[in-house]
Amino acid sequence: MKAVVQLENIHKTYSNGEVEVHAVRGINLTIESGEFVAIMGASGSGKSTLMNVLGCLDRPSKGRYLLDGVDTSDLDRNERADLRNQKLGFVFQGFNLLARTTALENVELPMLYNPKRIPSREKRKRALEALEIVGLAERADHLPNQLSGGQQQRVAIARALVNNPQILLADEPTGNLDSKTSVEVMGVFQKLNERGITIVMVTHELDIARYCKRNLIVRDGLLVRDELVQDRSYSDRELQRIREEEAAAKLTQSA
Amino acid sequence: MRITATSVIALRALRRNKLRSILTALGIIIGVGAVIATVSIGNGAKNQVESQIASLGQNVITVFPGSTNTGGTRGGFGAASTLTIEDAEAIEREVLGVVAVSAEVRDRQQILANGLNWNTTVMGESPGYLSVRAWDLAQGNMFTDADMRSTAKVAIIGQTVATELYPDVDPVGQTIRIRNLPFKVLGVLKPKGFSFFGSDQDDVVIVPTTSAMRRVARRQYLSSILIQAQSPTMMSRIQQEVTDLLQQRRGDREADFTVRNQLELAEAATATSKTMTVLLGSIAGVSLIVGGIGIMNIMLVSVTERTREIGIRLAIGAHDRDVRIQFLIEAMILSMLGGIFGVLIGIGASQVVSSQTGMPVLISTASVTGAVAFSAFVGIVFGFYPAHKAAKLDPIDALRFE
Ligand SMILES: Nc1ncnc2c1ncn2[C@@H]1O[C@H](COP(=O)(O)OP(=O)(O)OP(=O)(O)O)[C@@H](O)[C@H]1O
Ligand SMILES: [Mg+2]
Repeated sequence: MKAVVQLENIHKTYSNGEVEVHAVRGINLTIESGEFVAIMGASGSGKSTLMNVLGCLDRPSKGRYLLDGVDTSDLDRNERADLRNQKLGFVFQGFNLLARTTALENVELPMLYNPKRIPSREKRKRALEALEIVGLAERADHLPNQLSGGQQQRVAIARALVNNPQILLADEPTGNLDSKTSVEVMGVFQKLNERGITIVMVTHELDIARYCKRNLIVRDGLLVRDELVQDRSYSDRELQRIREEEAAAKLTQSA
Repeated sequence: MRITATSVIALRALRRNKLRSILTALGIIIGVGAVIATVSIGNGAKNQVESQIASLGQNVITVFPGSTNTGGTRGGFGAASTLTIEDAEAIEREVLGVVAVSAEVRDRQQILANGLNWNTTVMGESPGYLSVRAWDLAQGNMFTDADMRSTAKVAIIGQTVATELYPDVDPVGQTIRIRNLPFKVLGVLKPKGFSFFGSDQDDVVIVPTTSAMRRVARRQYLSSILIQAQSPTMMSRIQQEVTDLLQQRRGDREADFTVRNQLELAEAATATSKTMTVLLGSIAGVSLIVGGIGIMNIMLVSVTERTREIGIRLAIGAHDRDVRIQFLIEAMILSMLGGIFGVLIGIGASQVVSSQTGMPVLISTASVTGAVAFSAFVGIVFGFYPAHKAAKLDPIDALRFE
């Protein structure tokens, strides 16, 4: 298997004036193509900091980060922007869709900044395909405020997919969603992972992490556990169970 | 490369905040409108003055009786009248580069013709007068040197006189009576309109100087001598030589004449309207800059408001240049649209002013393109700082911005 991500002794220190926060204190990590990783840990343990480094949104204070074999430490601002555009897809906890812009246009956005010029018809086609994958093709013309949270997050996933990235990064993608919608979103991730896309996500919830294949635990900026998921959850089955429970609840209510 | 797409984004952002965009552009609209209106009116006035001055004739030097540089309580301008026909003849004979000379006598008379009467200016002039004034005859002929010598009772008349006295008869060949003496009409002048000083130049009867002096005005001295130089470059030399010649002819007597050059008059007249245009134009220019500051203000607000949007764009791969161009284009579209509407309003305003006051306006392409280009420039200059601020945002900070 090919290593997509290689972190070597990554440190990240924030310094706001006098106070220095050592958020990440030496993380070594290799993620191979096709993996589906959940990063867990207490609040403030450094998960988001690590994700921002992985997503080339932030630079480590120390250490080496090889993305797809390329050392990212020497890249300048715009080269990192190109990496984010080409090789990385980012999904945020707060969706971060452009307001008053349709789902389709939101998904087209990364192609606008693609260094290769993409004709607008091609853009539209690819955006619709990405929406199809997340099951929202029929909502293409909706504005974000006309979509539910789960639907908005699926639009955000479609946007992250549209430039065919090597790796999909998601920082608490289900953090703002209820449990059923979270399972649906995890279903989308599982489907994408089955198609071969590498996924790294952060979550607080143990049961969400069980949809992934590998779980990492971060504590005080260090990787303290790294294990494969034994008893994996599958969203199809889980959704089926939830539906049955709901039906039963309604049955007892109406009875 | 991504300019078209970026322009679309910018346009969409402006459309989303229609009222705000209009209010922001209003500063530029008013500024450009004011520039166009003032410059058009100023140019119109300048143009009018210039054409009036040109209608005085080309390269004309005028000798007036009386001295402007006599001190004390003596005479002053036009007081003593000692210019003679001989002075005029000497100038024509002796000064090089003189094309034509006219010895002028002015008088006001009641004239009779065709059973009607009319009060008008009777001028005695030399045959060279039409050349000096760059004036042509509509019909008939000018009197000749022979008429001058014989103090002939002949005349040419201006358009106003022609229409007043001969409403439905051809005036040429008719007889008009001045001081009850019959003068034969030889020709009718083409219309020349109102002079720089507001008098009707066509309300005139012109007779040979000699006839005017002896039969009409009954004066010994001339009102002025008009001299036409061959070219503008000769004017100052001829002015000097005429002064010297006339002084020489007067021997030891003090100078009792003044030699004026047409350019001096033209310069004085255009200088005033130029000053007005520059003054009004620069006030309008200041309002353009104020409009630019308004754009900068709104763009800064807009950048702050849209920090999250900028963060999203940066996070998914926008270069700082993409963001900078997006906001620059926004500022430029605002100011250019302002400029275009401003031009339309400025043209409208100057038309209204012209139709209400009768002032002539001249809308030049240079001022229109200049105003639009300048407003685009204002947009770039005042849009640059906000755009730069947006482009330099850190993606993480921008995404975290509430
Ligand atoms: N921009 C920053 N400036 C200073 N300190 C920061 C900054 N970002 C994060 N930190 C600090 O770094 C540490 C790690 O933060 P991080 O956001 O990575 O935690 P996290 O694991 O994602 O927490 P949560 O689960 O609450 O999202 C925290 O102590 C936080 O206060
Ligand atoms: Mg976090």
